[in-house]
Amino acid sequence: MPLDAKIPGGPLAEKWDRHLFELKLINPANKRKYDIIVVGTGLAGGSAAATLAELGYNVKTFCIQDSPRRAHSIAAQGGINAAKNYPNDGDSIWRLFYDTVKGGDFRSREANVYRLAQVSNHIIDHCVAQGIPFARDYGGLLANRSFGGAQVSRTFYARGQTGQQLLLGAYSALSRQIADGKVQMFARREMLDLVVINGQARGIVVRNLINGQIERHDAHAVVLCTGGYGNVFFLSTNAMASNVTAAFRVYKKGAWFANPCFTQIHPTCIPVHGTYQSKLTLMSESLRNDGRVWVPKNPGDKRSPSQIPEAERDYFLEEKYPSFGNLVPRDVASRNAKEQCDMGKGVGKTRLAVYLDFADAIKRDTKAVIENKYGNLFQMYEKITAEDPYETPMRIYPAVHYTMGGLWVDYNLMSTIDGLFVMGEANFSDHGANRLGASALMQGLADGYFIIPYTIGGYLAGAELPDVSTDHAAFKETENEVQSRTDKLLAINGKRTVDDIHKELGLIMWEYCGMARNNEGLEKARNLIQQLRGEFWENVTVPGSGKDFNQSLERAGRAADFLEFAELMIMDALARQESCGGHFNEAYQTEAHEARRDDENFCYAAAWEFSGGDKEPQVHKEPLVFENVDLSQRSYK
Amino acid sequence: MTKTINLTLKIWRQSGPDRKGRLDTYPATDISTDMSFLEMLDVINEKLTLAGKDPIAYDHDCREGICGMCGAVVNGRAHGPEKGTTLCQLHMRHFSDGDTVVVEPWRAKAFPIIKDLVVDRSAFDIIIQAGGFISANTGGAQDANAIPAPQAAAEKAMDAAACIGCGACVAACPNAAAMLFTGAKISHLALLPQGRPEAAKRAINMLKTMDRLGFGNCTNERECEAECPKEISIVNIARMNREFLMASFFSEEN
Repeated sequence: MPLDAKIPGGPLAEKWDRHLFELKLINPANKRKYDIIVVGTGLAGGSAAATLAELGYNVKTFCIQDSPRRAHSIAAQGGINAAKNYPNDGDSIWRLFYDTVKGGDFRSREANVYRLAQVSNHIIDHCVAQGIPFARDYGGLLANRSFGGAQVSRTFYARGQTGQQLLLGAYSALSRQIADGKVQMFARREMLDLVVINGQARGIVVRNLINGQIERHDAHAVVLCTGGYGNVFFLSTNAMASNVTAAFRVYKKGAWFANPCFTQIHPTCIPVHGTYQSKLTLMSESLRNDGRVWVPKNPGDKRSPSQIPEAERDYFLEEKYPSFGNLVPRDVASRNAKEQCDMGKGVGKTRLAVYLDFADAIKRDTKAVIENKYGNLFQMYEKITAEDPYETPMRIYPAVHYTMGGLWVDYNLMSTIDGLFVMGEANFSDHGANRLGASALMQGLADGYFIIPYTIGGYLAGAELPDVSTDHAAFKETENEVQSRTDKLLAINGKRTVDDIHKELGLIMWEYCGMARNNEGLEKARNLIQQLRGEFWENVTVPGSGKDFNQSLERAGRAADFLEFAELMIMDALARQESCGGHFNEAYQTEAHEARRDDENFCYAAAWEFSGGDKEPQVHKEPLVFENVDLSQRSYK
Repeated sequence: MTKTINLTLKIWRQSGPDRKGRLDTYPATDISTDMSFLEMLDVINEKLTLAGKDPIAYDHDCREGICGMCGAVVNGRAHGPEKGTTLCQLHMRHFSDGDTVVVEPWRAKAFPIIKDLVVDRSAFDIIIQAGGFISANTGGAQDANAIPAPQAAAEKAMDAAACIGCGACVAACPNAAAMLFTGAKISHLALLPQGRPEAAKRAINMLKTMDRLGFGNCTNERECEAECPKEISIVNIARMNREFLMASFFSEEN
């Protein structure tokens, strides 16, 4: 099967309008004849479920938490981008498009990114109409701030809780549809497999996490909004329950997985402090608007920060990148922090941290102003570290944060399985090899509010969809597979806990497939992962039963999938013999230690096809064609 | 300074909604004071698992104080002794060597126990479904700057909107009232110009639903405000009452 991204013809700026006209429609009275399953209730899933129900479709929505309001989009802090140009500083749809393509190191699709920039303004309009309490200036108009990889202020924000507010907006819209009976909400359910009938996605099999019951749900189409796979590293900024299971199960059912090695390491997180640690906490990128990143000039300098005079401080980002300064993109900032620590200039007990210092900003703007902008972040930092960042600089270090890779989708956001759509972080579509700050919220809501409502109609109107019910043999078969997998996990009765093995996997991935990679390390990691997977299936212990509320069993299923998925990441990293964005292969770097792309050989999205059993997956290449921007070496100097 | 401490935990164990529960005692040894409370429970659970015992069930997800999934009553305080802190952000440095720590689930008629420390808070979702929204379909919005909103009102709206829906207010209230939760949502939307058209209907429907679900009434104990991890003010309850009264007397909705 050749990869057809179904990108509409015509000039870039007209593609989406043209496509909207060409997409088939379903009349309002007929929409109620279609059932759509939406899995996940984050920004993408919540907004999609609400909007599809508003249009008249019957929607069934599933989430893993106790309420749709808790999806991990809620933790996004800094903001959401849009090309409104309210500050009058030279922004435009074209500039947002260009910054995003460049920020992604030219490994995303032009047409998708342009569409994202186009709908970005509608998102802000809609969110204000929903009552999102965005920050405002004294005149009552909306305020903006800057984020990495841009020289304009295009980020809208609600203090340091933008993700929370946007998610609660989508949740409130969803709640209205639930009350109207247009959405059936299934909370505390985990999708464990997809049901494919005649090549079409027609339902899912889920586990009811309260009573362990395996349930079947049918529909005319399935929309997957299940987030990213950052927890393959165990320690990440993701929520504890964030996982790859739904995405990996559909990969095994025939959906191709694109660019799994593209992971984002966020530069500003609170450093690791102990082996018991369960997660890493992000300190929003917005802090780099006012905070200055530095390390001591002399390696091994153990003085406290206040004792290190100005002349002996190295503001390495400002020096190396004078035009973007502390606001270089995340991949660049992370690699530079690592480089400083590798040179022995790291700070703190572990020497794996750099300072993020607000002293100058407080002197310039007063403490009250800084508190108003970032109060909740400073408070969170203080709670975790017991240090007051108003008095002493924060210590930060990069941590796994976001995954640009995901299930391959075409321009309609449909995967390689007919009727299976994938949105938000779970797909691969818009961020290339590196995502810019404040763009994840934009993409999730763009997909859910403004893209899927049209493209799913186009699919449903054109597809032949015979009647099926959950009595169909395919449902029975899928349920049996799910059940036997659960039984197998419970029967191992070994000597290591799930978390113990998952942590070991995380260390392997961080060491060999993290901020910097090399071929030898990747090969080694592949072996280690295979061994660890073997050990998991022989020596893990999962207490309790499958017919009960059993959090150990939940984690076991997720870890089992991470153990397989990790190998796919390694294979993808090995196949991509270049550096780009978050994928940094040490063999391919410029003299200034920046990622060196190989556009001649690797200007494509790699989509991996599961080949069954232990067979090597096959890679398919979607060439990325750049007709509107010049492929250049990224420079933020 | 990082150090390690030893504690005695007394944790509520209950295998299901209709089962009898009890406090079980667990030693917690060599606990680093840099751990979060949930990381301490992780350590206990790892030990229980290896000993072939049933680990303690507790809800948690983001572990950075924003998702609202976690929560337990620690030594009689919802989310523990620290002000403005969720359980996941409570660190062991706030405990002393030798302490006995009692951990119980939220207790309220409207929040039935599922297992151990896990409760069913879906009643909160039902309150929101009764009117905690602005009825704006996707697609019809005017430009975001078309209606200015006074900055001070927008800031107050944000103060109220910071609610994470964890349920600590209900757990802390002697009447198990959901007034702070409901008041925060009604206030958030009532303070913004976009929320005004439905304000009366919203106040009436949300309050009626809150009562129907078995939450108690407010008797001005202020425990909710004291325990709220986001420090949401009871001014929001007053504003809700005002909205409700105005709606009851003057609006077209009644």
